[in-house]
Amino acid sequence: MIKFLFDRDTWQEVYDSMSKNKLRTIITMIGVWWGILLLIGLLGSARGMENSFNRLFGDFATNSVFIWGQSTGRPFKGFQEGRRVRLSLSDAKKVEENIEGIEFVVPRNQNQSLVVRNFLSENFSVAGDYPLLDAVEKKKLIHGRFINQNDMDEKKKVAVISDDVYKQLFKKDEKAIGEYIQINNINYTVIGIFEEGKISMGPSINIHIPFTTFQQVYNQGEQIGWMMITGKEGYDIVQIETDSKLLLKNLNDIHPRDNRALGSANAGKEIGKVTGFLTGMQFLTWFVGIATLIAGVFAIGNILLITVKERTKEIGVRRALGATPFEIKRQIVVEAVFLTLVAGLFGIITGGWILILLDKLYGQGDDAVLVNASVSILIVFVALLILVTLGTLIGLIPAFKATSIKPIEALREE
Amino acid sequence: MLNISQLHKSYPIGDSSLHVLKGIDLSVEDGEMVAIMGSSGSGKSTLLNIIGMLDEADSGDYILDGLQIKDLTEKKAAVYRNKFLGFIFQSFNLINYKNALENVALPLYYQGMKRKERQELAMFHLEKVGLTDWAEHLPNELSGGQKQRVAIARALAANPKLLLADEPTGALDTTTSYEIMEFIQQLNDEGKTILMVTHEEDIANMCKRIVRLRDGVIMEDKKIEQVRAGHHV
Repeated sequence: MIKFLFDRDTWQEVYDSMSKNKLRTIITMIGVWWGILLLIGLLGSARGMENSFNRLFGDFATNSVFIWGQSTGRPFKGFQEGRRVRLSLSDAKKVEENIEGIEFVVPRNQNQSLVVRNFLSENFSVAGDYPLLDAVEKKKLIHGRFINQNDMDEKKKVAVISDDVYKQLFKKDEKAIGEYIQINNINYTVIGIFEEGKISMGPSINIHIPFTTFQQVYNQGEQIGWMMITGKEGYDIVQIETDSKLLLKNLNDIHPRDNRALGSANAGKEIGKVTGFLTGMQFLTWFVGIATLIAGVFAIGNILLITVKERTKEIGVRRALGATPFEIKRQIVVEAVFLTLVAGLFGIITGGWILILLDKLYGQGDDAVLVNASVSILIVFVALLILVTLGTLIGLIPAFKATSIKPIEALREE
Repeated sequence: MLNISQLHKSYPIGDSSLHVLKGIDLSVEDGEMVAIMGSSGSGKSTLLNIIGMLDEADSGDYILDGLQIKDLTEKKAAVYRNKFLGFIFQSFNLINYKNALENVALPLYYQGMKRKERQELAMFHLEKVGLTDWAEHLPNELSGGQKQRVAIARALAANPKLLLADEPTGALDTTTSYEIMEFIQQLNDEGKTILMVTHEEDIANMCKRIVRLRDGVIMEDKKIEQVRAGHHV
C-alpha cells in the first residue's frame, strides 16, 4: 500500500481523472472547502466573543460574593429593629474557618475621600485592602506593584491608584510612581497604577491602600466594611452565600429570617447568566458546524456517486483489461481522500484568512466585539479527518456498486 | 486452445427467464480465426462474453488453454483476462482522458509492469499499428479507424493468447473496416488466435471459419476459404 501511495502512476491516474472531470472536481472541492471554512469562521467567532466577554470581566473571580452589613429589619434578642450591623475581622475569620467550600475571605474597608495633588483635587473611593485581593480580583497593573504584606505589617502610607485617578491628578506621561498624593490630608506614596476593568462585579474602587493603614488612619478598629468571599472550584457560590449569611447573622445577633440586615452581591449568579449564554452559543456553533460538515460529507458522497456512475463504462473497460475490483476501489478511495484533503487544507488556509479579516474588522481596540478570534488547530484537523473519513466511506458505496456489477453490464452501458 | 461443451446461459427477465445459450459445443485450435455470426438475439455476444470471462455460464464446461474456467472470483477473472485475453470492442472503449500511448499501456499497468518498460512496450505496439506519430493524442483527436487501431494495440499489449473482437468493424465505414480486417488478418498470420462476433457477411468471409448461431444453438460450423482484405483495399 505504501509503495502504491508513492507510485507515480497512482497520482498520474488521480490527476488524469480529476483534470478530466474538472467540474465535479471543482464542485466537490467547493463543498468541502466551504464546510471547513464555515466551521473555522463560526468556531473562531464564538471563541472571539468568549474572549471578549472574558476580557470585560477581567480576571475577576467569577465564583465570588460580597457581603456587607446594613440595618436590621427585625427586632431580635432584645435589639431594636433598625440597628446598624457592623461586620468585624473576627466575623470574616469565622466565615473562612466554618463554611465549607471557601477559598478566600478578603475583608475590606472603604470610603469616599477627597484626594489632592498639587492644585488638583477630586473625590475618589478609597479601599483598605489585603494583598490577597490581587488573587481574587486580579488587578491589571500598568505600572508598579500592588500592596504587599510588608506594606500591611508596617502600615505604610502607600496607594495603588487606577488609571482614571492618574488621568485626573497627573499630566499625561508624567511619572507617578514614588510621587505623593494626599488622601484626607495625609500623604501617600503612589506604588502602582492599575487598569480599571470594564465591568467589575463589586463596587468600583479607585484607590487601594493597605488594610492596616486604612484601619489606623480612619480608626476602624476591628470593623470591616465588607468581605469578599470566593468559593473553591466545584462549590456552589449561592450556597456559600446562604451559609455565610446565616453564620454572620448568628454571630451578630440578627434574626435568621432578617433579609435586610446583610447586603450581598453575588457575582457568580450574574456571571452565570452570561456564561450560560456563551455555553448556549458554543453549543449552537458546534451544532451548525457539525451540520455543515455533514452536509459537506454528503456533497462529497453525492459527487462521488455521480462520478462513479458516469465512469461505470470506464470501470468496465479497466476490468476487461485486467483491473481487479480492489484496484478499482483503491483508485476511487485515493481520489476521494486526495480531493477532500486538498480542499480541506485549502479551507483551513482560507479559514485562517477569514479569521485574520475578522480580527482586522472587529478585533481591534479596547471595545472589540471579537477578541483573538481563533480555532484550535487540533479541532480543525479532527474535523478534516472526519470529513475525509466519512466522505471516503460514502464514496466507497458507489465504488462497491461499481465493482459488484459485472464488467459486461458496465461495458454495455452507453 | 479453447474447448466449450454443453454451455447454457439464461437471463432472468421479470418472473420468467430467457434461455440465451442452449448447449453450445465449440472448440477452437491455436491459430484459428473464427467468426461467430447470427442475428441479434442469437446469443453470439453472450457467448463471446462468457469466453471473455466477462460473464459466467450457468452450466457446461469451458476450458481455456488447458485451464478450467469455473467459479472464478472477480480477482482471479481479472488476472486471467489480463493474462490470456485481449478485447476489441465495437465502440473502441478507449479511456477518453488518456492519450493513445497511455491507453495501450493500461493492461500493462494492471500487470504491474514498471512505467518505463510499459511505455516502451506500448510504443512498440503502437508502431505495429502504425500510430507512432499519434501516441500523444487523445482518442477524440483520432479517426474511427485510428481509434480501433489503438484498441487493437491495447488488446495486443499484454500479449494475450486469444484475441476477442465484438463487432470490431461495426462502427466503421467499409474502407476503414477492410483496413482493420487486413490488420487483424496479419495478426492471425503471425499466429494469434482470433475470435470475432460480427453480423456482416463480408467481414465473416475474411475469417477462416464461420460459426452460425440461431436461438442459442449452433446451426452451422464450417471452415471457409479466407478472403484477403487486402484485395478490397
